[in-house]
Amino acid sequence: MSQLVFDPTKVMPIDYTKRTEYLDGLEAFKAGRRVLKEIAYTPSLPDKGYNNRTLYVNVDSLEITEKPVTQQMKDVFIGGRGFGLYHLWNAVKPTTRWNDPENEIIISPGPVCGMTQYAGTGKSLVVSLSPQTDIPIDSNVGGFFGPLLKFSGFDALELQGKADRDVILFIDGVKGIIRVEEAPAGPVDSHVLGELLTHLYAENEADLPNVSVVTSGAAAEHSLIGMLNFSFYDRRRGCVRFKQAGRGGIGTVFRNKHIRALVVRGPKVAGDLNHPADPETIAKTGVKYHKEIREQDPHQCMMRRNGTAHIVEIMNAYDLLPVHNFQFGSHPDTHKIDSSYWQQRCTQATVDGCWYGCSMACAKGADGVVLKTGPYQGHMVTVDGPEYENAAGLGSNCGVFDPDALLELNFYCDTYGICTITYGTLTAFVMECYQRGILNLERTGGLDLTWGNFAADLEMMHQMARGEGFGKIAGLGVKKMKEHFIRNGWGDPQLINDIGMENKGLEYSQYMSKESLAQQGGYALTNKGPQHDEAWLIFMDMVNKQLPTFEAKAEALYYFPLFRTWFGLNGFCKLPWNDVVPADNSSQPEPQKVPEHVQNYVDLFTATTGIQITKEDLIMQSARVYNFQRVFNIRMGKGLRLHDAAPYRSLGPVTREEYESRAERYDKQLLDELGIDPTGKSTEEKMALHRTWRTDRFSKLMDSVYTRRGWTLDGVPTLARLKELGLDAFPEVVAVVKQFT
Amino acid sequence: MKQLVIDFAKCNAGRDCAHECEMECAVRVFKVDDPAQAALQIKAYEDGGGHAVLCDQCGDCVVVCPTEALKRNKLGVVMIDKKLCVGCYMCIGFCEKDAFMRNSDWITPHKCTSCGICVKVCPHGALSIVEVPEPAPRII
Repeated sequence: MSQLVFDPTKVMPIDYTKRTEYLDGLEAFKAGRRVLKEIAYTPSLPDKGYNNRTLYVNVDSLEITEKPVTQQMKDVFIGGRGFGLYHLWNAVKPTTRWNDPENEIIISPGPVCGMTQYAGTGKSLVVSLSPQTDIPIDSNVGGFFGPLLKFSGFDALELQGKADRDVILFIDGVKGIIRVEEAPAGPVDSHVLGELLTHLYAENEADLPNVSVVTSGAAAEHSLIGMLNFSFYDRRRGCVRFKQAGRGGIGTVFRNKHIRALVVRGPKVAGDLNHPADPETIAKTGVKYHKEIREQDPHQCMMRRNGTAHIVEIMNAYDLLPVHNFQFGSHPDTHKIDSSYWQQRCTQATVDGCWYGCSMACAKGADGVVLKTGPYQGHMVTVDGPEYENAAGLGSNCGVFDPDALLELNFYCDTYGICTITYGTLTAFVMECYQRGILNLERTGGLDLTWGNFAADLEMMHQMARGEGFGKIAGLGVKKMKEHFIRNGWGDPQLINDIGMENKGLEYSQYMSKESLAQQGGYALTNKGPQHDEAWLIFMDMVNKQLPTFEAKAEALYYFPLFRTWFGLNGFCKLPWNDVVPADNSSQPEPQKVPEHVQNYVDLFTATTGIQITKEDLIMQSARVYNFQRVFNIRMGKGLRLHDAAPYRSLGPVTREEYESRAERYDKQLLDELGIDPTGKSTEEKMALHRTWRTDRFSKLMDSVYTRRGWTLDGVPTLARLKELGLDAFPEVVAVVKQFT
Repeated sequence: MKQLVIDFAKCNAGRDCAHECEMECAVRVFKVDDPAQAALQIKAYEDGGGHAVLCDQCGDCVVVCPTEALKRNKLGVVMIDKKLCVGCYMCIGFCEKDAFMRNSDWITPHKCTSCGICVKVCPHGALSIVEVPEPAPRII
């Protein structure tokens, strides 16, 4: 396929400063708050990336305490996701479930987070027990909350307890005040509440960028798929925008705790607030990377123009785009929702980073969107993205190829506080059930959920926000819907299980993995369920063809989940790692690892913390946390081989239509891989042969990957591996594993 | 807009002068006794000729600055507001002329502001401030 060329004359002339405002109720909201608890504290700035303290808040008992960050925490868990898992482990018991008061939401930015000189350095990691999986979920998110929390003096925020009425937690990192307020009745949805609170807590207009808000939305209250919006103030648009901690239902936990919002007001940001050990190396590495973006991005992914939406046309061209619940890999209407459209529809004449210094700037925005449905019908709004996952999940996977409908779906997912990826996959499942008669008009309460019917799709989402009708059932997610449909005798249980794209209770993200063994493992052999945070391998496997052998794929499933975990320990975004590469990358050894960028990360960590590491140390840092998380899963009753099982739709063709859409390829595989002549065999016979071969191959992949990871064939980290990683210093961790030896 | 230009028909790329322009800029604008910190840098090619690293006020840096710390003044010159700058250095990385600079002592970057101090000290009269049309902002 040819490289898309950006034509600035085709960008739609839309005024990006215009939208509906929601500040009318500001004074009433301000007056309606009631202080429940207020304490003074001493704000601080980090030293070499760490404040060396975290903040604990119990929203029920109103206990507010500081906790020290120990050397052991830093050595073993680094920060971010590591700190989140450490605090969560200490907070919960094996019997704790997501809606128990002792469950926590932990937000931790990581030691490098808040750097302004390198792209993608504003991420926070959010950790909680998931309502969907009953094990720890971690979700990484941009926006300003994490960096401003850190510059207010804390390396993590632990939220525990369950309030009996809606509360707002306000951290003023300038004045040194922490306050829990009772929230008055009023908005819950993020685009309204976020704007209101940003203006309410900022001292003046110049202060708006120093305030960040975490909110969820109405649908998070009535579903298990809630997410959290982390705000950042977009100066040029004059608009409060959001990035999402989407996966696993943390927004549901948030609203279940009756937290309406978290607000941080930090100091004015400068380039040295982390007080890094070696600012000169950070500056040089940052400038080098900015130049690389300037020179290479227009010829590579065009992230600055398209964001991640550029992947839509690539996945479609390689037959990997999820279409109709992952049945097919391409569709003739894809051109309507690929980046050739989005780069015209999204505003281009502005700056789109979700933290300072992000020259990759993928946080595109579509302005001037006038909503056609729902409670905000007629309002003009700015919609995030859409990112690839949203275009594929809300779009092609559900047969929706109308870009305006896609923007509206994207908007309502965001403001209602639900994960776009999860919503896309569960809707695709519902639509296939409708296609196959497992659902019908009666069972959906009148929703005609045929492929591409975005009006019914949107109504299902509005129902979810109102806690009504079939939307409430859909909001339980694919796993619980499967159980519900089977229990009601609505269809063949095997078919329902085969086509329900979830593992561990979490919905698949938007890559069609049937033809990519590496991605099959990348989805199912994960700690938190199938997402593309841990092992996004489909591109290097199927597009760049960098993993040609079984061994290469298995090795990638050892290395990349660990390498990618490291971003979340430190507050880095993964995209700048390989969504642009140096001009000479393909001539480097192991180009799939992008060696020059790996060295950048090693240098940035060392330059921030003063701790000398190598690229091998980087992997060891991740391995400690990754294996700790695996043991945590086991402690909570999952985390074994049986929990890594994959729905067959992710491994191979479930239905005749799927097989016949690729009959030539599948027939050839029978001949080449199995030595079986397909001539004269029925499609059902050939499907059965494929199923045996593909499930067996996946099982062999599990064996190989587990062995590489230092796990037993049941998926349990061995004691030897724990010792190698130093995790034997934690008797509770060892005790979990000992049950299996 | 005001733009500093150099005439290489008159400038011999520093081969027959003491780089007065650089020193004057360093001392009077940036208050340092180090011509390497000057906002214009005259480079001589080994095989003759040379070039000047200097800001032509094209405004690309204004487009990429995330904090609106870079803006044109009423003369059309791109100025940095140090109170707004967060030291991200995107202005440096996205400058095609390498005219935005930094050093290890200052957290905020710097560049030529067409002030003309250097013009007055050039022994060959090779530097001048000219008035040119302001280019339209580019999408970068």
